[in-house]
Amino acid sequence: MKVVLQHLTKRFPSRTKKGDDVIAVNDFNFEIPSGKLIGLLGPSGCGKSTTLNLICGLEAPTEGSILFGEDDVTRLPPENRGVGLVFQNYALYPHLTVLDNILFPLQNLKGADKLTKPQMMEKAMQAAKLVQIDELLERKPSELSGGQQQRVAIARALVKMPRVLLLDEPLSNLDARLRLQTREEIRRIQQETGITTIFVTHDQDEAMSISDMIVVMKAGVMQQIGQPQDVYDDPINLFVATFLGTPPINVFDGCVKGGMLYVGEDPVMAVGGVADQQVSVGIRPEGFNLDPQGTFRSNLVRVEVMGRDTSVVSTHPASRNPFVRSIIRADNQVDRTKKTVCFSLMPNKVFLFDAQTDARIPFTWEAQK
Amino acid sequence: MKKRSMKGWLYLLPAILFLGCFMVYPLIDVLIYSFEEGYNSASQTYYGIGLYNYRYVLHDPYFLQALRNTFILVIITVPLSTGIALLISLGLHAIKPLRNLYQTIYFLPYVTNTLAVGLVFMILFKKTAYSDGLVNLLLQWFGGSSVDFIDGPYWAKMFVLCFYTIWVVMPFKVLILTSALASVNPEYYSAAKMDATSKSRVFFKITLPMISPMIFYLVITGFIGAFKAYSDAVALFGTDLNAAGMNTIVGYVYDMLYGNSGGYPSFASAAALILFAIVLTITCVNLLISKKHVHY
Repeated sequence: MKVVLQHLTKRFPSRTKKGDDVIAVNDFNFEIPSGKLIGLLGPSGCGKSTTLNLICGLEAPTEGSILFGEDDVTRLPPENRGVGLVFQNYALYPHLTVLDNILFPLQNLKGADKLTKPQMMEKAMQAAKLVQIDELLERKPSELSGGQQQRVAIARALVKMPRVLLLDEPLSNLDARLRLQTREEIRRIQQETGITTIFVTHDQDEAMSISDMIVVMKAGVMQQIGQPQDVYDDPINLFVATFLGTPPINVFDGCVKGGMLYVGEDPVMAVGGVADQQVSVGIRPEGFNLDPQGTFRSNLVRVEVMGRDTSVVSTHPASRNPFVRSIIRADNQVDRTKKTVCFSLMPNKVFLFDAQTDARIPFTWEAQK
Repeated sequence: MKKRSMKGWLYLLPAILFLGCFMVYPLIDVLIYSFEEGYNSASQTYYGIGLYNYRYVLHDPYFLQALRNTFILVIITVPLSTGIALLISLGLHAIKPLRNLYQTIYFLPYVTNTLAVGLVFMILFKKTAYSDGLVNLLLQWFGGSSVDFIDGPYWAKMFVLCFYTIWVVMPFKVLILTSALASVNPEYYSAAKMDATSKSRVFFKITLPMISPMIFYLVITGFIGAFKAYSDAVALFGTDLNAAGMNTIVGYVYDMLYGNSGGYPSFASAAALILFAIVLTITCVNLLISKKHVHY
């Protein structure tokens, strides 16, 4: 089931009389293809959860419409939309057993949809098996670990076979190890059921690793939508570039003069098709090559050996962050006695942004050698 | 280790002294009096030791009347007041505007003096030479015949006493239940909404189990409080409760000690211990039931 958002806007009235309305979601337009896993990604307070609440119907939009396939569900109450929602804190009923929690949505069905007890049991068992908790059915939620509770919550959301599955910060309450495991699990469940799944996260790692598509948001405005790798390789503005990637992208003040990019005072590389102007320069940590003749020079602080690769930490006068972090292959030897370290830059890992608007400025480069 | 435990005892000493002097010692004393026949507090003498006091009290028609009154009071007021308080709290929880105002109004009886409330009830119910009381006026308005609620038939008096008791204990229950309702995580309701849960099912399957510990607390303390009722009856019917036929167990104990027919600490002690046994039994039964029905 594809999900289409058209001009979706949500304004919350101001708490004070004179204050401005808070625009949590501002004119969203995008289409989520059927059967995909979508990550809504953004910093805290950017309207991700509000978007989710709008899709599931717990909040009504101020403007715009929501379509599931060809159905306009904008005015439908949540229960008639056919969505399953997994809450951030799972919201499992603490006084009911796991089985009763999973059965709960089925017991609500009325009229023609009403199921017999064996039918309900069968569906509940199916859902429980899918998330692999069929051993724990008699337990109370308080007797489960965080990861297990998460699975029960997913089973409860899936048991009615929703058209769309929504997950609100599904991994934020889990410890690091469980997080890795659970995100694989979510991926597996999504692929087994083929249900269009939208999840909200502020963790870009999480979103990048399992999503078919990510939607990057900032302050209620959608920034970019696309496949994770495409968004990473081709960010539309400085915000998206800094938000994606660990370690984060290095940002410098720079300028373009006569087709040459200057970072601080140093000319570092030729850029084609860019008028002379002040720019923000973003260089991905993996965009540095150790090169004695390199044009990018920074002051060496320390070298961190991680095994697989080496992280060179240095300072640069034009850098916006206190340290510049470059990741190079571990077989490169950095001369730690020298104060300055020189790099050549990979042009496809360098991004230019307008100094005022932060919008991306495309440039061309000549392939070397 | 030993030094540390000494220190602990030292810290506990003031509390132990006070509790020992003013709670444990009197309790033991009461137990002893209840077995001493014809104890005289002036001369500190008694005839013998045995179950005579209990036998006397259990055959005393006044005590049996008090026992009956207390049980009726308990059985009527505890469920009714808890139920009505739950309804009011649900109402308060459902409205947004003026909620604080209503909460204050519902809490006012709690801070009002028992005897002042008694006075108000007198105005409502008492028949005097000048007026039949507000309630009787209303009854007459609707074509009924007036009833003397204060000096009249037993059921009328019992009705007033129950009404009064419910009215007095209600505010505290409303307060507790409103806060219990407010502390239920709204996510549960959102989750229920997602699953198209009917309102009655939300109430019985989610709200009620979630606040069940508080309801249970109110029922237990309600039972205990109702069994200890006395001042309410005095406020309505005056101090000679035996004559009014509206005595309670605590009233009986008081009368045996200080009333017109008083001066019998042994009988009073026996009656007090019977009350203690009843309350203990009821509370144990409550605890057993709650294990099955209260969650967490």
